[in-house]
Formats: sequence, structure tokens, C-alpha cells
Amino acid sequence: MSEVLLVEDLYVKYYTRRGIISAVSGVTFDVIKGEMLAVVGESGSGKSTLGYAIMRLLPRSGAVERGRIVLDGEDILRLSEEELRRIRGGKVSMVFQDPFTTLDPLRRVLDQFREFLAEHGIDAERGRIIAEEMLEAVGVPKNLANAYPHQLSGGQKQRVAIAMAIALNPLLVIADEPTTALDVVIQRQVMDLLDDVKKRGTSIMFITHDIALAIERADRVMIMYGGEVMELAEKSMLAKRALHPYTVGLLSSMPRIGSEKLPSSIPGYPPDLRSPPKGCIFHPRCPYATERCRTVKPILSEVEKNHFVKCHLVKAL
Amino acid sequence: MTLNIYTVIGLAVILVIVLMALLADFIAPYSPVEASGMELESPNPLHIMGTDNLGRDVFSRVVYGARTVVVVVLIAVILSGVIGTVLGLVSGYISGILDKILSFVMDSIYAFPSLILAIALSVALGPNIFNAAVAIAITYIPTYFRMVRGQVLSIKNESFVEMARALGLPITRIMARYILPQLTQTLVVVFSMNSADAVLTEAALSFFGLTVQPPTPDWGFDLYKGRGFILSGAWWMLIFPGGMITLLALGFALLSEGVSQSYVVKEGE
Repeated sequence: MSEVLLVEDLYVKYYTRRGIISAVSGVTFDVIKGEMLAVVGESGSGKSTLGYAIMRLLPRSGAVERGRIVLDGEDILRLSEEELRRIRGGKVSMVFQDPFTTLDPLRRVLDQFREFLAEHGIDAERGRIIAEEMLEAVGVPKNLANAYPHQLSGGQKQRVAIAMAIALNPLLVIADEPTTALDVVIQRQVMDLLDDVKKRGTSIMFITHDIALAIERADRVMIMYGGEVMELAEKSMLAKRALHPYTVGLLSSMPRIGSEKLPSSIPGYPPDLRSPPKGCIFHPRCPYATERCRTVKPILSEVEKNHFVKCHLVKAL
Repeated sequence: MTLNIYTVIGLAVILVIVLMALLADFIAPYSPVEASGMELESPNPLHIMGTDNLGRDVFSRVVYGARTVVVVVLIAVILSGVIGTVLGLVSGYISGILDKILSFVMDSIYAFPSLILAIALSVALGPNIFNAAVAIAITYIPTYFRMVRGQVLSIKNESFVEMARALGLPITRIMARYILPQLTQTLVVVFSMNSADAVLTEAALSFFGLTVQPPTPDWGFDLYKGRGFILSGAWWMLIFPGGMITLLALGFALLSEGVSQSYVVKEGE
């Protein structure tokens, strides 16, 4: 098992007028070839920032402060804009949340597709063949290749976006909430499509706030909170034995069919990342927080094989 | 885009005047620079707009005068449109220190009353038709710059621009193929609005003798000359060139109104 992506001790900050926001703090993880890693977190947990940082597409106010992002042996943070263009869409690509706006409304689908391929050195004739093949592979009817985006449904648009993302056989596709804007039936189709992409050997980093979907579909699940990794484990481990109080809270906030218990919510609000709480970032909302949690920051440690947890209490188990 | 009454009338007026400029040789009954009758003849069947103080046919001068204004306005608006749009695109998309500098410069130009600035520039560059066009162009660049920059700031955060970047498309291509086409609507409106204004500015520069030199016919300059004969009762020397200036400006104003209205309707549907 070889790793496609290695992120090491990554810190990302946003410099805004209202202060400096620590969006990602000390995140370390890897993505293995051909796996789907789900990154789960609520709004503001830094999961999307992580995706944008890997693409080097952070907005102007954002900056990587520390750490390494190694894609296929190359440190992405050291690449020039020119080298980045070769990698984006080539080795790593991204699928965005809202398929309704990811295609240029003024241009035909096939034209956009071919333009992107041409930019990566594929001539017009081969570009047309590849584009048509890919659109067919993701299940977009052939007659829609010459359509304008507004003539496609949301699901079809997302399929086109995925087709473009995987056209050049990238090592990694970062899917940033690719199903959030779609209804559940289409959501399932898109997830099935991502499964197919995985079978082609492309790794997927699946960013979502839906822990149920993550556990159902991913190979490994990474739980983020306040810009930090709280827990990282294979999905079966996480489903059976989630250890971090936050993960447990997330899981019990999920409604279950057949269960008498009502889903419960986690009290409190996500932390203000301009001045994150001292100690464990989750302690203000944690039902088990101790004095130590309030003062000393826990580190992410492997409590059992391939199961990492960032919690003082779990280590004591 | 649907054609409404404003657009149709505006376009018709502009078209007639442009055709008049192009076909002046065939339309004008007399030479615009040589006497063809008595001095200060009032409108009559031979000289439908009368003659001026040198016995030249006013109608012929009006027809040929269209050339000057059309050329100056076209050059000025195209020049300012291209420069303003390109600068606005770059400034809005790249932002940072370049954006700050460009915005500062543009705001400084914008702060001047455009007519005064155009006169000053025209004097500094030297009075001829091309310099007048350049002077007018400079005063309008900020209009395009500000409109384009503002739109680019919002468009560049649209997902399809992000997607294009995520697929490795270069900045120049993203600006030209993804952002610029989104601006067409705005640019058409600003373009016709500026043209209306440019007609008046051109007339003002001519009024001060800063475009063509006599005896070349020009509406603004003829207006200036006609001013001196109004007390002698020669109203035709003033009314006809002045009316043409108003008419052309009105044509562009109607066009911009019509075009912007048809977009509003489209958005509200």
C-alpha cells in the first residue's frame, strides 16, 4: 500500500479584517492509493480549507503557515504556478459542492471539456474522443455533449464535473461535498460513480458533513473539529467503536431507523478560531472534560492499529 | 435580448447619422468648404438649411460634419473600452498591490470633471482629431475600469472560475474565456452610455477649436461660429449643427436605456 498524498503538520491561517483565523492546525494524514478517505466535520471545521490547500487554491487571505503537502513524492508547496497548472487537473483534481455553478453557463459542455484537455497538451481530435468517452463513462447521454449547462440537470452537471476531474486519470480527486446540493436519489448515483472512480485506481478524498454517508461509503474516516483531526480510523472501527467524545456525539446525533432513542445533539457551538480555546479544542463542549483537558493540548496518537485519537481520556483507557 | 422601442429608435438614429457620414459625398448637394450661394441665406429650396456667413451650404456642412464626430466618438469609446476593460480585468482578478495602485490612479482621473480634463489633455496633446479622441478616451477609462473590476471581483469567486483553476487552466485563459464573456451585458450598456457622453464632449472640444481646423466641417465648431450670428437672426447656423449633436447623443442614450431595460426584464422573468 503506497501513499498518494501525505500531509504533515499542516497549518493554514486566514488573515481577515476581523482577525487571524486558524483554519487548519497541525493536521497530519495520508491518502493511500485507491482508497476513499472521508473527511468529516461541521461547517468551519477546516475540512474544505484542507482541500483547497492541497489544490493550492486557497483564497488570497489564506496562507499555509507550516507543514508539508506531498503529492506523489512532490512537495506541492514548493511548486511554481506553472508547475501547479500541470498538476491541477492532471495529478489531482477537485469536484465542488454546487454543480449548478461549476460549469461556465455561456459555453457548451464539450467545448469546456476540450479546452481543459487542450491545456494539458491533448490535441483537438483526441480531446474530442476522450471527452466523449468520459461523458459516456459517467452516464451523460451523448446528445448532451453539445448542450449548454442550463440544459442539464443538477445530477448531470455533477457527472460532467466528475468526468472532467477524472479524465486525465489523476492520482487523487478531492470531492468537496459533491452530493450536498443534490437530492438523495441523485446523491446515491453520484456516490456510486465515485465508487467506480475508485475502482479505476484513483484515490478520493471525500469531504462531507454527513458522518453516516462517510461510514457507509468510505474506506477510512477522518473526523475534524476546529481545524484539527480528532479521530482517524477505518470505517468499521469507527462504526463499532468510536472513541473520541466528539465522534461519539456526532454518531448519536444521527437518527436511526428502528431505534427508540431520539438523536441527541452536541451542546454548545464550534470554537471561535480567532482565539481557539486552550488545551483540547473540544473541551468547552465535551461532557467528560477534566482539568487537564482545559490546559494541555492532547496529541493525536494511535490507540490501536490504524486507529488514531486526539484525546487525553482515551489514551488513559 | 429583446428589442424594445428605445433600442430600435436609438439604433435607427445612430445608423442614419453613421450612413450620412459614410455617404456624405453622395448626400451633400454642395461642397462643405466652398461658397455655393449668398451669405446668410435663410432656408430655401436650394439651401434647405440656409447658408452661413461665408455663403456655404449649412446642410452640406452638417452632413460632412457627421464624419468628424463619428470618427472621434468611435476611436474614443473603443480605445477607452479596451484599455479600461483589460485593466479592470487584471486589477480585479489579480488584486493585491497592483489593484490598489490602479484603483487609486483611476479614482484620481474619475475625480476630475471629465470635460475639463478632456479640454486640458486635448490642449496638452495638441489640437487634432486623433488627440481629441485620445483625450476623451482617457476620461472614460475609469468608467469601464470600475464597472469591470467590480464585476470581476464577484465573478472570480464563482464556482466555474474555481473549477477552471482546479483543472489547471492559465489565468489569461480564465480571464478571456470565462470572465470576459460574463461582462458583455454591462459593457454594451456602458459603451452606448459613454458614446452619448462622448458626442457632447467632442462637441465641446470642437467648440473650443480643439479637434479639426477650419474650414473642415464640424458640428461643435459650426455651433461656435453660429453663436456670433444669432443676433443677426441667422438661427439656422446654430439650430442645425446643435440639433444634430443633440440628436446623436439622444440616439446613444436611447440605445443604452433600451439595452439596459431589456436586461432588467430578462432578470425579472
